[in-house]
Amino acid sequence: MNARLLPLTATVVIFIAAYAVCYSQYPNMLSTRVIGNLLTDNAFLGIAAVGMTFVILSGGIDLSIGSVIAFSGVFIAVLLRDTGLHPIPVFIALLAVTTLFGASMGAIIHFLEMPPFIVTLAGMFLARGMAYVLTIDSVPITHAFFDQLQGFYWLMPGKGRLTFIGGLMLVTFMAGIVLAHRTRFGANVYALGGGVQTARLMGVPVAQTTMAIYALSGFFAGLAGIVFAIYTSAGYSLATVGVELDAIAAVVIGGTLLTGGSGFVAGTLIGVLIMGLIQTYIVFDGSLSSWWTKIVIGLLLFAFILLQKGLVLVTNRERTTPHHAR
Amino acid sequence: MTGLARFLRRIAPQLLTLAAVIGLIALVFPGFFQISLANGRLFGSPIDILNRGAPVALLAIGMTLVIATRGIDLSVGAVMAICGAVSAWGITEGYGLAATLAMALAAGLLCGLWNGFLVAVLRIQPIVATLILMVAGRGIAQLITEGAILTFNDESLIFFGSGSIFAVPTPVVIWIVTGLLVAFVVRRSALGMLIEAIGINLRASALAGVNARVLLIAVYMTSGLCAALAGIIAAADIRGADANNAGLWLELDAILAVVVGGNSLLGGRFSLCASLIGAMIIQAMNTGILLSGFPPEFNLVIKAAIILVILVLQSPRAHTTMVFFRRAPREEPAQTRTVPQ
Repeated sequence: MNARLLPLTATVVIFIAAYAVCYSQYPNMLSTRVIGNLLTDNAFLGIAAVGMTFVILSGGIDLSIGSVIAFSGVFIAVLLRDTGLHPIPVFIALLAVTTLFGASMGAIIHFLEMPPFIVTLAGMFLARGMAYVLTIDSVPITHAFFDQLQGFYWLMPGKGRLTFIGGLMLVTFMAGIVLAHRTRFGANVYALGGGVQTARLMGVPVAQTTMAIYALSGFFAGLAGIVFAIYTSAGYSLATVGVELDAIAAVVIGGTLLTGGSGFVAGTLIGVLIMGLIQTYIVFDGSLSSWWTKIVIGLLLFAFILLQKGLVLVTNRERTTPHHAR
Repeated sequence: MTGLARFLRRIAPQLLTLAAVIGLIALVFPGFFQISLANGRLFGSPIDILNRGAPVALLAIGMTLVIATRGIDLSVGAVMAICGAVSAWGITEGYGLAATLAMALAAGLLCGLWNGFLVAVLRIQPIVATLILMVAGRGIAQLITEGAILTFNDESLIFFGSGSIFAVPTPVVIWIVTGLLVAFVVRRSALGMLIEAIGINLRASALAGVNARVLLIAVYMTSGLCAALAGIIAAADIRGADANNAGLWLELDAILAVVVGGNSLLGGRFSLCASLIGAMIIQAMNTGILLSGFPPEFNLVIKAAIILVILVLQSPRAHTTMVFFRRAPREEPAQTRTVPQ
């Protein structure tokens, strides 16, 4: 089997095994109601994780997305409260702002040759700070359009609800998969992850692609912010602290190499679902505390990193090149 | 050029930045330099900066060494939470001060050992390896405090947060002594040079006979130990251990302090003193924004803007045009690097 598919396969196997364990204890786990909730509750994380997958595939990292999601919620809530605009133009304005924000981080990373880690860290402070500047209170969103979006769902067989935001996440993943595996941009992202020099020699427009990757991540973070605003009906500048780490964890658990160049967008969806599943199990159990989520996710991260490490070693040995890139 | 002159030249940009920040604060807040003595302890804004900056300064000491090996330690905030939880748990369980401190420091060393093991033995990228503990660490801390904020009233432990030694607040004494001690150990022996050798080229240094594995583990353990000290101070300061918020985002502040200190994130060269000044710059900015009467909401925006300016000034691309901030010449990061000097 292709070694590149192995991490993805492992993720799928772990997901199915974990679901089987949950099902054996709580048969209701397989009901479409639980599945519907799993999708709804993790929609914002999933959408943000799609953007993060592209960033990590290119060998970068984006620490700003949690702050951007919080900023988005506050932006929407404050604009709706103060201007009386319809949500749709507000959404469009927001997506323009976050996309531009991402693109400018990409530009700084490329043109000033600074590590993505530290640039997006500054971006994280900036986005969170802008959210604080807009308001430090939790601003409720009361708009008929929001109620419509929240009430909009497709009743699955078994009375499970595929909500608008859950569906939006699935559509986003579809778009991400097509973008990553069926377009020139996607090929460029993988090439960048393989090595900037090589990519440049291959004729990849490095500057353009880097900016597009972070712009895309900003766009998806903005979209995740919209979803989070619909999900919570409020904008709060202290919300979604640490979501960037959850997204990174989801991407890694989904089998994407953190060094870039190898992975699948579909794996990230499974990664998000695994994390959601752990949370759901803890809720079902009732006696376990939520901090076990963090510990289990840490252990899963560890397991996947070891797996990937092993794979890299094996494939390198097959090529018989004594290469130990750290 | 003599050693002292070279040292002063190295830390000059940081000293100037710190002077500029403090000068700005003093402009908008004329009473800034007033220091008073009350109840056998010094008070005043400069003392406050030194005191409040203690956790970041301590973390920056370990982080500097880690970054010098071309690594990064994302877990220090979580390690702070764990060690704070351990110290609060130990003291409330009645283990006594010495045993409690020993347990907290041991917990920090253990966390560092774990990180070092992943990086040095399993050869996992440092950012990934330490991400594991960053994610899981707060869960472990909550496990110790059982989800609550564990409070205590033990005066001997509280001393580490709000006590004073010869009128100087204890946290200030702790970070200065730790900084001097670590600087003395790495600079009065070959250790510092060996750490830099690892950062420049791990493989080459290993071939040259440096025991890179042991040294890397030791560096991450030092970082864990510094985080433990910071955790004890943070817990003693609020007289309780908060698993969720203790040391939250401090890993980022510590990395920032190292970067502001002019150390390259690509490793190979480090200055503990510059990092410590960097930590003080960050704290002075925090205090300054508070004192200047800006709404605290602007704190992060201003911080982000200042970081961006400092980073742009230090970016390799800007080096060619900026003579003032110039350090060792570097063309393509990570690929064609030469040993400085």
